[in-house]
Amino acid sequence: MQISMTVNGNEVTSEIEPRVLLVHYIREVLGLTGTHWGCDTSNCGTCVVLMDGQPVKSCTVLAAMAAGHDIRTVEGLAAGTTLDPVQQGFMEEHGLQCGFCTPGMMLTARALLDKNPHPDDGEIRQAISGQICRCTGYATIVRSVQWAAAHPAAAGGGEGADEVLDGTDTVVADVATETEDSEVKA
Amino acid sequence: MTVIHERESNPAAGDADRPIGYGRIQRKEDPRFVRGKGHYIDDLVLPGMLHGAILRAPVAHARLVSIDTTNALAHPKVLAVITGKDLEGLKLAWAPTLSADVQAVLVTDKVRFQGQEVAFVVAEDRYAARDALELIDVEYDVLPPLVDARKALDADAPLIRDEIEGRTDNKIFDWEMGDAAETDAVFASADVVVSQEMVYPRVHPAPMETCGAVADFDAVNGKLTLYETTQAPHAHRTLFAIVAGIPEHKIRIVSPDIGGGFGNKVGIYPGYILAVVGSIVTGRPVKWVEDRSENLMSTSFARDYIMQGEIAATKDGKILALRTNVLADHGAFNATAQPTKNPAGFFSIFTGSYDLQAAHCKVTGVYTNKAPGGVAYACSFRVTEAVYLVERMVDILARKLEMDPAELRLKNFIKPEQFPYANKTGWVYDSGNYEAAMRLSMQLAGYEDLRREQLQKRAKGELMGIGISFFTEVVGAGPRKHFDIVGLGMADGAELRVHPTGKAVVRLSVQSQGQGHETTFAQIVAEELGIPPENIDVVHGDTDQTPFGLGTYGSRSTPVSGGAVALVARKVREKAKLIAAAMLETRPEDLEWEKGRWFVKGDPTAGKTIEDIAMAAHGTMTLPEGVDGNLDAEVTYDPPNLTFPFGAYICVVDVDPGTGHVKVRRFIAVDDCGTRINPMIIEGQVHGGLTDGVGMALMEIIEFDADGNNLGGSFMDYLIPTAMEVPDWETGFTVTPSPHHPIGAKGIGESATVGSPPAIVNAVVDALAPFGVVHMDMPCTPARVWAAMQGRATPPI
Repeated sequence: MQISMTVNGNEVTSEIEPRVLLVHYIREVLGLTGTHWGCDTSNCGTCVVLMDGQPVKSCTVLAAMAAGHDIRTVEGLAAGTTLDPVQQGFMEEHGLQCGFCTPGMMLTARALLDKNPHPDDGEIRQAISGQICRCTGYATIVRSVQWAAAHPAAAGGGEGADEVLDGTDTVVADVATETEDSEVKA
Repeated sequence: MTVIHERESNPAAGDADRPIGYGRIQRKEDPRFVRGKGHYIDDLVLPGMLHGAILRAPVAHARLVSIDTTNALAHPKVLAVITGKDLEGLKLAWAPTLSADVQAVLVTDKVRFQGQEVAFVVAEDRYAARDALELIDVEYDVLPPLVDARKALDADAPLIRDEIEGRTDNKIFDWEMGDAAETDAVFASADVVVSQEMVYPRVHPAPMETCGAVADFDAVNGKLTLYETTQAPHAHRTLFAIVAGIPEHKIRIVSPDIGGGFGNKVGIYPGYILAVVGSIVTGRPVKWVEDRSENLMSTSFARDYIMQGEIAATKDGKILALRTNVLADHGAFNATAQPTKNPAGFFSIFTGSYDLQAAHCKVTGVYTNKAPGGVAYACSFRVTEAVYLVERMVDILARKLEMDPAELRLKNFIKPEQFPYANKTGWVYDSGNYEAAMRLSMQLAGYEDLRREQLQKRAKGELMGIGISFFTEVVGAGPRKHFDIVGLGMADGAELRVHPTGKAVVRLSVQSQGQGHETTFAQIVAEELGIPPENIDVVHGDTDQTPFGLGTYGSRSTPVSGGAVALVARKVREKAKLIAAAMLETRPEDLEWEKGRWFVKGDPTAGKTIEDIAMAAHGTMTLPEGVDGNLDAEVTYDPPNLTFPFGAYICVVDVDPGTGHVKVRRFIAVDDCGTRINPMIIEGQVHGGLTDGVGMALMEIIEFDADGNNLGGSFMDYLIPTAMEVPDWETGFTVTPSPHHPIGAKGIGESATVGSPPAIVNAVVDALAPFGVVHMDMPCTPARVWAAMQGRATPPI
């Protein structure tokens, strides 16, 4: 069957088997391998992409069901070479280790911040609760999303991208120092 | 752009405890990961690549009667169907394991666990390969399975490994450490003896990325390039040479970005071998990536120890001795990756952090009809089981003596002045200050206040628990003379090249699975040579590009490979000194080093930077005699001893009296991993391990029913903590460098996984004290907690 959809702002049209999952369509037909696959049962969320701005698990969406919709993957987070604040936040606050769950986590974070620019920690945890990270223990992901919330224009990727802060590095350093202070030494 | 913040992680700590190599810097690997530009195994696409899929046994124990592949082969997109019989012809039906046993690659005679590999389909795409599995007809003659390890040695137990000539039972090994007679004597005269059986259940590392491989056999040149999810590429190369009979110089193993390992990616699994066979048979590259059920049911597992612990003490709380008998369920093949002389790994560290008069352990390994494996899940070679045993036993003793568990531990710690400390089972602990870590943890937790709060809550019928765990790990295996895996000594190599412009490349034998090697190892070189980390590239994961070494597991990368990297940088520094002396027309002994340059003693203005020296080394100047025209070096580091990280953990839980649900309210972790490199990465390693601990203590278990059906074969049943199950971790640290390690580092990767489960279970048992509960086995699920509160037997899950 033939399907068309918008992926990261680009119109794509493909001939596919009706049973092809969206995750496989994105990865193998479109070659966008930043979206990952981690379970067969819609539990892990490494495959999360945004469909019309909402996080969906692309392993349980048929590519055919996405036809006519707007899909955003991790490759569509940055604006050119300018990272989305969520991407910058994950680097600042060590929100990733092996990087496998990271694209899905970041997309969920982006969807959350678009709806709720200043979530509390509980709201962030709730938002990512359908996704599993085996490396970070989640606290640094929460901090990463909070960093992005506190720096909506830090990297120029989100709303107000034209108001890129001067002295971004200074801001970065202050935040990181706060993190260090959370550790206590004998 | 990598943002480098050069600053101390904790200004109040002063110079002695400052992290090295620029401290908390952002990770060099992150820019590609946050852009979705990592390169994981399933991202790899080679021209003409085919896809493989494995048909797996639906039953746990059965004779294979027949396989009919006719219909599968008739599928228009199928190129090959490989069975055990085909592999027998190639002498590949059985492969050696990492424990000197053999494992069936495909079943030839008998299925020995549910999910075992029966046939391999190679097809044009992954959907067609899966379709073809449905077209294979297999007839099984089902046999009674052996599921309960406690029955493995019964006279009427089904014999699992009947293919081994002369084998009449299911015992794999008996192994003992410590002095049994001395220990028995101490027990006989002790005031107080308590004993407890405890089960460390079968769990699974379940990294987010499953295992997989892409095999590309070049028939013209006879060269195999195998891309695979491996934590130990060099060991795999040697083993593939042995397994497949391909000369080792014709094998290149490439381990790309790995989506988590935790030990799951140490072993050589049938799927990897089948991808190779598929490529040889079809002449095209073959990809095999397991699905989640295959991962949970077949590629390795962890723990599965049934432990009988006993502790002896004086009535005023001086711990005298420990002894234990362990029944170890190894599944159908002994495929655990332990050092050769240590069939139960480093379990003999079960003496813990205490100054004992005697200790003895005995471990018996048995076969059952379950998946093989056993190294996995961040366990530091069975240290996880050892720490759980001793920390539960100490808590049970505290209850018996009516002593506070913190006070009991403080009374019995090995004292700082006793290091290096020889324990009763042959380990020599390198360094430690246990009391300082324990007191810091208690201070961070507000321990006394917590106990007061608990008393108030108990009076109101609320169930609050406080659990303590103090662990000593043994990591960084290890000295070659003592430790090997299938004959390969556990050393690691490093090569360093400083290019003419002063930028450097360091090549490692170990492989990151997310630990941040590209950053940490650049930082070690930066510390030693003064080249900023962003100017140092770290190469790993490709056996054609890196020196030999045993890989990343057992928290050994920083203790072993980190030592290699520090020493190779020092070797370059010494070579730079000779060249600098020639440049400055002085004697090497008249030079002094400061980070990044050699200068003339007493004349700091007369000096040469490492960049100046690198250019001169590659340039036209006449070099001193015996000095080659480069600024490169290589070393293989054979550590003189292991390292012994430690930590003090306190967990606070609330148990819902109406449902038995356990909520981890707070978790305070104080870790000492010796010299610290990047505090951000260290904290991340600790957080991840603590989350593993919540999973094992409260949620994760691979259970089997009486027929040998795996009851944890998907993420619907095998529960892993999400952000909702874990608290905001509270961490602290002390710094006690290892005296023998080149930079004093001890390793941190597995500390929290090892140390946290007993703290959580101790907290749950403490919460349930009003019900007279002395012990409960993991995972402390609501059903089990509820049963314990009612005084009923533990339900299966």
